[in-house]
Amino acid sequence: MGTALIELSGIERIFYLGDSEVHALRHLELRIDAGDYVAVMGPSGSGKSTLLNLLGLLDHPNAGSYRLEGRDVTTLSPVEQAHVRSERIGFVFQSFHLVPRLTAAENIALPMTLAGIDPARRAKRVDQALKDYGLANRASHRPDQLSGGQRQRVAIARATIMQPAMILADEPTGNLDRATGEEVMRLLEELNARGVTLIVVTHDTALGARARRQLLMEDGELRHDTSNA
Amino acid sequence: MRAPDLIRFARDAATGNPLRTLLLVLAMAIGVAAVVVLTALGDGARRYVINEFSSLGTNLVIVLPGRSQTGGFNPGNAITSTPRDLTIDDAQALLRASAVHRVVPLAVGTSEISYGGKLREVMVAGTNTHFLEVRRLSLAQGRFLPDGDWRRGASETVIGAKIRDELFGVEPALGQLIRVGDRRFRVVGVMASTGQGLGLNTDELVIIPVSLAQAMFNSNTLFRIMIEASSREAIEAAKTQVTEIIKLRHEGEEDVTVITQDAVLATFDKLLGTLTLAVAGIAAISLAVAGILVMNVMLVSVTQRTSEIGLLKALGATGATIRAAFLTEAAMLSLAGAVLGYLLGQGAAALIRQLYPTFPAYPPDWAVVAGLGTALVTGILFGVLPARQAARLDPVQSLAKR
Repeated sequence: MGTALIELSGIERIFYLGDSEVHALRHLELRIDAGDYVAVMGPSGSGKSTLLNLLGLLDHPNAGSYRLEGRDVTTLSPVEQAHVRSERIGFVFQSFHLVPRLTAAENIALPMTLAGIDPARRAKRVDQALKDYGLANRASHRPDQLSGGQRQRVAIARATIMQPAMILADEPTGNLDRATGEEVMRLLEELNARGVTLIVVTHDTALGARARRQLLMEDGELRHDTSNA
Repeated sequence: MRAPDLIRFARDAATGNPLRTLLLVLAMAIGVAAVVVLTALGDGARRYVINEFSSLGTNLVIVLPGRSQTGGFNPGNAITSTPRDLTIDDAQALLRASAVHRVVPLAVGTSEISYGGKLREVMVAGTNTHFLEVRRLSLAQGRFLPDGDWRRGASETVIGAKIRDELFGVEPALGQLIRVGDRRFRVVGVMASTGQGLGLNTDELVIIPVSLAQAMFNSNTLFRIMIEASSREAIEAAKTQVTEIIKLRHEGEEDVTVITQDAVLATFDKLLGTLTLAVAGIAAISLAVAGILVMNVMLVSVTQRTSEIGLLKALGATGATIRAAFLTEAAMLSLAGAVLGYLLGQGAAALIRQLYPTFPAYPPDWAVVAGLGTALVTGILFGVLPARQAARLDPVQSLAKR
């Protein structure tokens, strides 16, 4: 076992819909090691997206503690949490979430722009990322001028540009055809091979099976936790 | 986020929706243009009046019979009854004052004039030879009243341009005898036409020697004594000396009002300045309306860009960064509107000046600065609420929104 990147204990997340309480997550105990490759699976409404949002500090548990790299992040102020998101976490979304008015290069640079990194360093890293993801000749194209696969590659480049400790991917191939999806997964797995912790939410079992560790969620609980040898 | 990046980001966000941006900039521009144009009109009126007053002459000190307690320019001054007459001797005595350069007595009344069977009612001014220079008037024909003893004076008259036209038509007027009241006067000069202005309209005036006017109106008192001080600096000294001399001559009683042209000017200046300020205030209301529009549009923008805001938060933007981005956008839109409005306003003011060349419709500097400042402040102020709303959005729900 490696060092723990993520330690969740006693996590509860309750949504209130009118009068009824919905337990999106209950009594969740989870430890994910640095550099691991984890697939979170389960039917719709099983709580897997809530778990991902929680891990990404976009959502807060009603109870329990979340330790990221040994630090309790649930008690951090919103500004500190924003810094953790900026520096340690990269997001990849099913619908890409690119800013439509910005070019591919500007979209990739966005996390660095927000973090206030100077333009010279930004340009250098964006150039490298564009090359790494085969987007060199697409740098000044806007998202609507890019194919689905290219858009997701831009999104992955954006997620990795700050060299985060982990990538959280929510159905990263959901909007892509099989061949493009395959290519995107290969890119994510290459990142994992270089030591970035990869957590993928999917309900595609074939996709899930590629991960070293599978978590199966159901009704907000962790049902199965299996690791490929 | 670095300032240049923030500005570029806000600019791209603003230009991303051109129609919305255009409408907002237009609303702000109309507000600022209204301030610029209305203050140009108000201040133009002020300048116009000041110019008219200055054209009455320079370094003027005016003595009115009667005492006004409040001082300043008061219509009541003209009709106040006075225990002692302000006489020609009083006027002549004022020449002794060191600060006084020229003295012009003025007796005014109405009378009938007739020539060749034509008859009309006119304003008659009795004065002396200095009237022309002190009032900065000019002659069209002939000469003005000759210098000489103020208590005598030949039966000569100088008539206004309009009187000349009405009585004589195309005939030569110089040298003709006309009847004014019960006396006959020889026309020696015709005033140049000045058009309608403040003060006496010389186009319809008949000017005769002051002593003859007093005899005609059977009165000893003067309507005004106009004094030209020897220099601008001497105006105050002239005022004091004049008051002193009249007081001495009137058994120690100060029964005249001495006003300086500056005091009259200052009164009008203040009056019309206040008017301009009031007009600017009214125009500023349109700026407040534009500010509310900024808020409205920015709120819509926040709703439209909810998912983008969610994304920015996921990418590590703090609430402060998002607030700053939206505030910068509001400020930029307001600034663009303010600049456009300034140009529009200056253009409109220039157009007014083109159409009415005598009307100096220049917006005062303070109004321009205040208009631009108000536009920026309202834009930013009304941008705060939408910006805060954007910063408070829940990232999970925002991201889920398309």
